[in-house]
Formats: sequence, structure tokens, C-alpha cells
Amino acid sequence: MRQVTINGKVHDVAVPDDMPLLWVLRDVLGMTGTKYGCGIAQCGACTVHLDGVAVRACQTTMDAVYGQPVTTIEGVGNTPVGAKVQAAWLEKEVVQCGYCHSGQIMSAAALLNENPKPTDTDIDDAMAGNICRCGTYVRIREAIHSIAI
Amino acid sequence: MIENLVSRRNFLRGTALATAGLVLAVQLPDSVRRAAAAGDQRSFVPNAFVKIDVDGITLIMPHAEIGQGIYTSSAMLMAEELELDLGQVKVEAAPPDISKYMDPILYDQATGGSTSTRSDWMRLREAGAAARIMLVEAAAEGWGVPSDECRVARGVIYHDASGKTATYVDIAPRAASRQVPKEIRLKEPSQFRLIGTSAKRIDTPAKVNGSLVYGIDTRLPGMGYATLVMAPVKGGKIATMNEAAAKAVRGVRDIVRTDDAVAVVGDHMWAAKQGVDALEVEWDHGPNSTVTNVSIVMDMHEVSKTQGVVIRNQNDAQSVIDNAKTKLDAIYHSPFLSHAPLEPLNCTLAIEEDKAELWVGTQVPVRAQKAVADALGISPDKVTVNNQLMGGAFGRRLDVDSIEIAARLLKDIRYPVKIVWTREQDMTHDFYRPYYYDRVAAGLDDNGRLIGRTHRVTGSSVFARWAPAAFINGVDPDAVDCAAETPYDEDAVLADYVRHEPAGVTTSWWRGVGATHNLFVVESFVDEMAHATDQDPLEFRRRMLTKNPRALGVLDLAAEKAGWGETLPPGRGRGISLQFAFGSYLAHILDIEITPRKQIKLVRSVIAVDCGIVINPDTVRAQMEGGVLFGLGTAMFNEVTFTNGAVDQSNFDTYRILRINEAPKIDVYQVKSGEKPGGVGEAGTAAAAGALANAIFSATGRRIRSLPLWQAAV
Repeated sequence: MRQVTINGKVHDVAVPDDMPLLWVLRDVLGMTGTKYGCGIAQCGACTVHLDGVAVRACQTTMDAVYGQPVTTIEGVGNTPVGAKVQAAWLEKEVVQCGYCHSGQIMSAAALLNENPKPTDTDIDDAMAGNICRCGTYVRIREAIHSIAI
Repeated sequence: MIENLVSRRNFLRGTALATAGLVLAVQLPDSVRRAAAAGDQRSFVPNAFVKIDVDGITLIMPHAEIGQGIYTSSAMLMAEELELDLGQVKVEAAPPDISKYMDPILYDQATGGSTSTRSDWMRLREAGAAARIMLVEAAAEGWGVPSDECRVARGVIYHDASGKTATYVDIAPRAASRQVPKEIRLKEPSQFRLIGTSAKRIDTPAKVNGSLVYGIDTRLPGMGYATLVMAPVKGGKIATMNEAAAKAVRGVRDIVRTDDAVAVVGDHMWAAKQGVDALEVEWDHGPNSTVTNVSIVMDMHEVSKTQGVVIRNQNDAQSVIDNAKTKLDAIYHSPFLSHAPLEPLNCTLAIEEDKAELWVGTQVPVRAQKAVADALGISPDKVTVNNQLMGGAFGRRLDVDSIEIAARLLKDIRYPVKIVWTREQDMTHDFYRPYYYDRVAAGLDDNGRLIGRTHRVTGSSVFARWAPAAFINGVDPDAVDCAAETPYDEDAVLADYVRHEPAGVTTSWWRGVGATHNLFVVESFVDEMAHATDQDPLEFRRRMLTKNPRALGVLDLAAEKAGWGETLPPGRGRGISLQFAFGSYLAHILDIEITPRKQIKLVRSVIAVDCGIVINPDTVRAQMEGGVLFGLGTAMFNEVTFTNGAVDQSNFDTYRILRINEAPKIDVYQVKSGEKPGGVGEAGTAAAAGALANAIFSATGRRIRSLPLWQAAV
């Protein structure tokens, strides 16, 4: 049994060290907001923050997680930047099917934490790892620009 | 295609299906309604779409929410007549029940073909109005006042003279015993409060905080998590299997198999995946193990030489072309495509001795129910279907193969199991958009006017598999949609269809269906005609729109907004695509740039759309933006190919999806119209490839007749 801190709460888990965080979140802890899309870090649907840095949960094994705080889509709204990103996403009506947007929002929050006024190029660099199959990219860009940190 | 499908099916059944009659058709019989009310005195269920009880006001959604925003639009149609705000209602997915929730255009309880708003535009407003009338009459009767002295605002009924008020919820028990009104007068468009506004979507707040439960997020007590591996070649079977190593994986519970698939059930997906990886399976690949893309295309090339089923034959187009001043002919190729919705296929099944419950996101709940029932040998009414919001579908969830496979695999397991396809299994076992091989020819007169056109489509018939009852005499209306009929003035046209089913491939509906494929061909070829006769592609099209003011309207609007006619900087290109599809008119003008590294950069998309009366303008804009990016990304990058019968692409590394850094700026302009609503979910996708191919020609002088196009400038 080891401990992992997610969204400020400590959880006891008994899982293999090489188990990806994605499945621990979804299937062991029941936090299904973090999505499975590809399993090979191509789509970004599983993006979470590990000690504030955006990582792909499908490629992040538990041995690399222990000791560092994890933030997921369920908790990012409790951070000032995360709450603003979520609000901007609704204000600009970014979302269609929504399946990628847990990851999109986590990537955008990580970007804005580092860089409060990103340029289009900054947005491209930070968000190009997140696929949106519905094609909401125009609004993602608009929403990020609209956020005043 | 859709209109054709309806008329064909109605013809078949000898029934005329008038939209206006639909509400009556779906009304519950009075006896049933009264009985339901007697069971719960507080419940008001005037029709299949409205339910009011102590829990509040619930609207039943006949069409599935896939991301297109239909829950919001459908709720707006009903709330408009019910005099409610969207914040006052809950929505619920319709259960499988074709007698109540059939899409009158698709003749199935199905969400597809951009039909939802067209189907629901009348019946949902009528359902809302009927409920409102009954509630008001019930209140008025209770107060002893004439109902026409009452008014309604935000779900509250007022009798101003007496100062009496009642909420819908208050009055629901009394309304439950009333007769359904015989006459329903709907609001005039000038009276709309909600329709025509960009009301906020009702499904999105739960999508930005991780709380929305998609099918793949289903969790039940004691549930197992499964994933599977299927025969890599269609028709293949398991030859030998050793499951010892898989059983030894920590967390693996059960291993189940059919002839051609194995699933491992574990305590979580990680155990299941490791279990599948540890399986030692030898496959007998069966009769399709030599299929390659080359063999498929060679076969199509041969069969396309002979005439197919004639769909349109007007004024001997071939001899008109033979005698024309300018003659053109060409062959176009459109590849197999995968749907690749971001939520991989999945479902959750709880199977008991004589019944089952299913949680899934499906575009066809009745088919889903039947798939489980058939696999388990029970009757459909023993299968409860919980339809979930979907993480995309694009046509993939119009088929129920994944549900049927799950039911066959899990039939003997007596605890709930969620089965999730890996991305790799999803992409290699899709039902693909058909490969199409198109032969086109045209003749133009001395004035450069199009006088004759032929178009032969060769490819698989999705229609024949999916709706065999409507596939009559070899005619597949979808395969030639937008090829037989164009928005242009045409006197001599021959359009025919050669059905060719490639061995080893199952084909299906894919966003934009026939229009997506045919508009690439037709709009590219129209561009070829213009250039062959030294005409401006815009003016060439304009001259052929003398009888089509709505098509001309969108074309002119797009041209004005795009700045058509201005000189483009070197390396830039600009292409047009024009269409009438899904009941909507759309013009797309795309600007691209060829980079110094000979890559194609999408710069700006200008879309002008006339889809009749608009329910929610922001939703229309979103569908245009998303639809055109879906089509552009596909036209740039995507094809599914086969080697030794197996699909070569398996994940987003080999099947690229357009990314944010590759997306163009998009400007959408909507024409104000009083015409009946048209479909919008697929229109943008269908407008993409032709405009892109034409822009590449404009930039490079190279005419590319085969998709995808990403290497066109190299």
C-alpha cells in the first residue's frame, strides 16, 4: 500500500509500480474525468498535472508519481487558473463531444500557469499534443487568448 | 440521399409520412396515458417527449448527443412552445422504442445523416405546444376561468385578472387526465424567444470538469474491466490459443473467447491489457489474407469500365460530350477512411439468466438492444439500454458490431463487465468509409459553357448492408449523392453506379457520407472545366446558377468575404467548393500557402451557409468550424490501407489527426432565411476536400485527383 496525493487528497493504493497513472485514476480510484484516447501519448486526452507540469497519464507509471502531487480535471477548478480556463471554455462554447477537453483544459492551465499571455505560437507549442477530433481548435485558441491572468 | 431514402421507403410501405402528422403518431393512446397517470397521480406525460412530475420538467431526446449540440437544439424547440428557459428543464435520452422515437427521415431510431433538426423541427415544437395547452386548460378549469385569459411565462401559468398563478409542476397531476388537444397552433417565427438565439449548450458544463459520464466511464459494483483482441483479417479465426501466461497476470479474472475474438477481464484495464498482450494466439487468417490496397483498386479499375445502374440519364450526355468543343475526362480516387472517434468503442453489460442491461453510447439504440438480445437468445424487451453521451462517433456508432461482439464474449459471465477496445483494435477493426473510384467526363461549348457531364461512381454500397430494404434494383442513392444532382444548370447528365464490394473490408457511413466523397470529385472537376476553358472558377460557377438563387447567394457571400479576385502573394492558393447537401447550401473558399519546405499550410477558411431557419446560430457556426476541420484534416492526411488482409494504420501516429498548429483561421457567415431548416452536422466536412484540391491547383498548377493531399506540393 502506497500513498498518492490527488487534488490535495491522499489516497492509499496497492497497484504495480509499472501501472500507468491513467488506469489508477480511472479504474482504481474511480476518477473518470481523465480520458483514454490512444495509450501512446499521441492524443493528450489523459493529460494531468504532476507537480504542476502537464504529463500524459497513459505514459506516466506509478513509480514516477509517488511523492509528487497530481492534479486532474476533477480538481483543476480549485486552482485560480484552472477555474478561469473552465469558465472561458464555457463562455466561448468551445466544447462539442467534450471527450478531449479534460486534456485540453489541463494543457491550457499548465500553459497559462507558466505563461499568462501566450502568443499564437506559444499556444501551438503547448496545445499541439492534444487532438480534438471534433475540430474545436479555433475556439480553444480564442478561449486561451480571452483569459486574463 | 436522405430524401430519396424516405421517398423510397414510403413508396415501399405505401404510406405517406407527413411531418405534421407525427405528433399524433407518437402520442400515447389515451388509455395508456391515463393508466400511467393513475399509477402516479403526479406525473404528466402528454406525449413521448415531455414528462412533468414532482421531480420537475424532463424533456426526452429522440436524437443522441454526439457532440453536435442536438440536446440543446431539441430542448430549445420544445422549450420555445412550453414557454420555459433551458435552465428549467432536464433532458433524458430516449429509450429504444421505434414506435415513439423513429427518425422520420431515416425510418429508424437513428442519429445520422444530419437529419435531426429536419426531423424534429415540427414534432418537438408540437409536442411542447400540446403539453402547454393541456397545462393551461387544466389550470383554467381549476380556477373556473377561460383558458384564453391565461398566459404562461417561464413555466408559470398566470390568470392576471384574478391574480391566480400555478407552476407546471403544481398543475401536472390535473393535466394528466386531459385529452390531447386536437388543434395545435405553433408560434410564428416573429414570436420566437429561444429559436434563433445562441442559447448556451446544456451538455457542456459537465464536460469541462470531468463529471460527465460517457459510456467508457460507466462504473458498477463488482464490475470487471475487459479489453479484447480480434482476428487481424476479416473472416479470420483463432487457430490455437495458449492463455496460461495471460491467466498468470496479476488482476486477471477471466478469459473468454469466440471463434474470432478473445477478451480478458481483469480488475482494471491495465490488467486486461497486459492479459491480452500475454495471450499466445495463432490466427487462421482465412480467405482474405492476400487482400491489398493494390488488389482492391485494380479490381475497381476493371469493374468501372462497364456501365452500372443508371441513376440519372438526361439528354444523352455522352453524345453531347462527343460533339463538344472542349472535352475533359478524369479518374478520381477517394481512400478508405477510419472514423477514429476519440472515445474508443466500448460498452458495459450486466447479463443475467434471462435479461441484460447495456450501457453504451450509440446512434442506434434499437439496433443496440437487438444486438444484445440476439447474441443472448432473449427477446429485446429483456434488454435495458442506457444510452450515454458520446465522445464522437462520425458514423461509427451507427453500427452495433462492437456491442454484439461484447454480448457474445460475455454471455456466460454473471457480473457486470465493461469492455473497452484499445485504440489499435478500434482502428484496425473499423467499418471503413468505402474506397471510391470515379470516372468523370464533361463537354463544354464554344462559349465555355458546360453542356454535358457523365459521372460513374464505383464502390461499396453502405446502403445495401445497412438498409437492405431500401436498396432496390441496385440503386444506392447515397453513393451518387451530389454527383447525379448538382446546384448547377445542367441539361445533359449521365450518372451511374457500379457496386463493388471489396473482399475483406466492411464499409459504413462516415461523416458527410456520399456528399463528402462526391463533392471532392465534382467540385474538383468543375474547377478543371473552368481552367480548361480559361475561366475564373468563381465566374464559371456563377454562370451556371441562373436558376438557383440560394446557391448563388452563398457563393457570392463567400467570395465577397474571402476577397475573391484580389491578387494572391506567391506561394498562396485559393480554392472553391459549392454544394447543396443535407438540405443546406454551402460555399467554402479556402486559402492555403505552400511553405518553403513544400508543405501545405491551411491559412483561412471562409464558409457561407444557408441552412434555412437557424435554431442556434452558435451551434451552426461550431458545426461549420468543426466539420470543415474534420474534412480538411482527412483530405490532408488520411487513408486506410490493407496489407495481407490487415489494416496498416493502428493509432494516431499512423493515422494523423489535424492538430491546433495546423488549423486555419475559419470565418463563418450565415444567410438569414425563412426556409425550413437544413442539416449542418456534416455539411462542413463535405465542403473540405474539393476546396483544398482546388487551392492546391491554384498555388501549384498541379491537379491532384487522389486523396490524401499532404504530399501534393512536394
